[in-house]
Amino acid sequence: MALSEMSRLDARREQAKQHWQERLSADLYITIGVGTCGYAAGAAQSLDAIRAELEKRNLQATIKEVGCVGMCSYEPMVELQAKGRPRLNYGMATASVIPEIFAAYFEDAPLVTGVIVGQVQDTATCLAAGTLHSLTFVDPERGEVIPFQHKQHRVVLSNCGLIDPECLDDYLALDGYTALSVVLSDMTPEAVIDEITASGLRGRGGAGFPAGVKWRYARATQNWPKYVICNADEGDPGAFMDRSALEGDPHSLIEGVIIAGYAIGAQHGYLSCRAEYPLAIRRLGIALAQARELGLLGANILGTDFDFDITIKEGAGAFVCGEETALMASIEGERGQPRPRAPYPAVAGLWNQPSNVNNVKSYAYVPRIIRLGADCFKSLGTSSSPGIAVFALTGMVNRPGLIEVPMGITLREIVYDLGGGVPDGRKFKAVQTGGPLGGCLPEEYLDTPVDFDSLRAADAVMGSGGMVVIDETTCIVQFAKYFAQFVCDESCGKCPPCRIGSTRMRELLERITIGQGKLEDLDEIRRLATGMRQASLCALGQLAPDPVLSTLRHFEDEYRAHIVEHRCPAGQCRELLSYTIDPDKCVGCTMCARSCPVNAVAGERRQVHVIDQAVCIKCGTCYTVCKFDAVVVR
Amino acid sequence: MNEVNSDVVDLSTMESIYETYSDQPGALIPILQKAQDVYGFLPPEVLQWIADPLDIALGKVCGVVTFYSQFYLEGRGKHVLKLCDGTACHVKGAQTLVSAVEEEYHIRPGETTEDGELTLEVVYCLGSCALAPVAVLDGEIMGRVQQDGLLAAVKKRLASAPGPVGQGEPHGIE
Repeated sequence: MALSEMSRLDARREQAKQHWQERLSADLYITIGVGTCGYAAGAAQSLDAIRAELEKRNLQATIKEVGCVGMCSYEPMVELQAKGRPRLNYGMATASVIPEIFAAYFEDAPLVTGVIVGQVQDTATCLAAGTLHSLTFVDPERGEVIPFQHKQHRVVLSNCGLIDPECLDDYLALDGYTALSVVLSDMTPEAVIDEITASGLRGRGGAGFPAGVKWRYARATQNWPKYVICNADEGDPGAFMDRSALEGDPHSLIEGVIIAGYAIGAQHGYLSCRAEYPLAIRRLGIALAQARELGLLGANILGTDFDFDITIKEGAGAFVCGEETALMASIEGERGQPRPRAPYPAVAGLWNQPSNVNNVKSYAYVPRIIRLGADCFKSLGTSSSPGIAVFALTGMVNRPGLIEVPMGITLREIVYDLGGGVPDGRKFKAVQTGGPLGGCLPEEYLDTPVDFDSLRAADAVMGSGGMVVIDETTCIVQFAKYFAQFVCDESCGKCPPCRIGSTRMRELLERITIGQGKLEDLDEIRRLATGMRQASLCALGQLAPDPVLSTLRHFEDEYRAHIVEHRCPAGQCRELLSYTIDPDKCVGCTMCARSCPVNAVAGERRQVHVIDQAVCIKCGTCYTVCKFDAVVVR
Repeated sequence: MNEVNSDVVDLSTMESIYETYSDQPGALIPILQKAQDVYGFLPPEVLQWIADPLDIALGKVCGVVTFYSQFYLEGRGKHVLKLCDGTACHVKGAQTLVSAVEEEYHIRPGETTEDGELTLEVVYCLGSCALAPVAVLDGEIMGRVQQDGLLAAVKKRLASAPGPVGQGEPHGIE
């Protein structure tokens, strides 16, 4: 019976592959990126505009709605492929630009607002054990891969932007669920765990714990039922790679979770996804229903005696629920407060049963590792951090977005080669890595290789892969205060070191930003940090001081400028700014005096004006209204 | 057992919500979420209704509701504006947008205008960080938000029909 169920799946897959080829040779084939970022940039309106333009030109087209490709700075992105013409991807394709894009594509008209992202190649990378399809964008004139894609190896993101995430056949056409078939027909659970261990996969949620080791513990625990839990509670501000993978390729994750269930001997899985990702939740629901219909979930999967099903749980808004014990508490319907470990989830987790918790990307790598082999995965990356990882590059860079690169690439390559450097001619100040519990690295560290261990050695952390770039206009003390505030807001409140420590730390930083800091405050911050690190119950409290401490370590001069000189070098701390009038530029137009809400400006018509510093409230109105650039802000 | 006052709040939908989720382990949070989708917030009558059949103390239910930022114990405005202040949005000027809305509508984050039209919320990260700063107005997400564009969009929305009842988190365009 098993053979016939698997044959049925194989036959369906063959049919899907045929349809895939047929679609690509349509007269006109159009794709549009509709992840949350696409919608945020106006993709829904672009789709309407495409339909209107097709009607106007009396054209028929096959339109496919795909997930986001990770090149967020170009959203909305639209791809056009007509018979006999190249396959081109256009960016900045908002509704009003669609007619211009069609004219450019069909009539060689010039592009004004839209941009060509590149000529698209559906790259089928033939690796020793199988094929991996992904999208490559090539500069149509130079024939080279575009800079943003240099050094990228799209594995977890390979299907994103290529397939319609609501179409199971698309996933099947690109060898989807082949890994599950192989696992259920040819591999024992122990063999699966051996393969995952051999690949060296370290958890992609941030802690970097070897996945195979975790699975082995869960398998070894003789207590049923067991649970597989996917942590899709991507709460790190600045991180959205899970969101992209969930929206763009939900079946990869589902396949990985089912394989994990088989490996550890579980009967049920939970996908705990944060409520702030409603599109991801919707697509996961659709994908689960499709998988059930095809016999990939439920009783006797693919005709074997393996039963497994999955439930989606929506998070209710708490960053701390990204911590695994808090996550499990929220699935249980409790307040999301962490518990001490041991016992670890592999021994006693959800409802005190053996459970395995891994991140979205970790599970999404599993079918690829099974299909392409552990050695292939390991061959990318470094020996201690094998494989590739996905990073979210945001903040002050020219090309923000998601990149999937081998571990060991340097920060400089990420920020400058892929990210295009800092815009508006400003100076790079720091890159904040690892989310709100990570660290800030200044220019001297740009040649640090990005892997778990090298970043730890530099007192930063890889975390879930967020990288936020800041430039000279960001005050580092304000930046540190932002992270302290975040911890205050998100602390579950259970343990005093985190609850009280974060509050006191924020207060100290606040005082420094308003010119009331003392040099002793810096030592006090370090003392609080030690207490929080040593005594907090969970990683939130333990790591909370890290972003603050790293700014203090690398930018102590800037803290001292605030405290000793009452000066904010970045010009961001309002109370430390002074507004003065340059006598060489002032023409005495009286505009500032008339606009000042507190009458702090004195001066006669056609005479140089002066601002009374004692009265000035630093609202900036004079700066805004002066047409002669005579107001100096320092 | 306290009597539930069904004169004040129409509790007729609660039965079907309960039916859908009651046999799921850990049903409390999904039930609270669906109830809030219906009512727009969680009135005390609804909390009492949920506590009884699930056999959970009302105090414990309230403990869960007050822990998570998704749940509201008070009604919100007809329109809800969420401004993201995640790290990327923060460095790209989210606070300027917050100040602009505060000044225009005389409300601070978490508050609703006196006429009940608009609620302002500040959230940490909606997952569109490369399009920072990001805002969600009545469930519709907007990226690369500028001050003038934001205020114009809010003004236009306030002048139009009320948003759908029970808007919780952003729904994405369906």
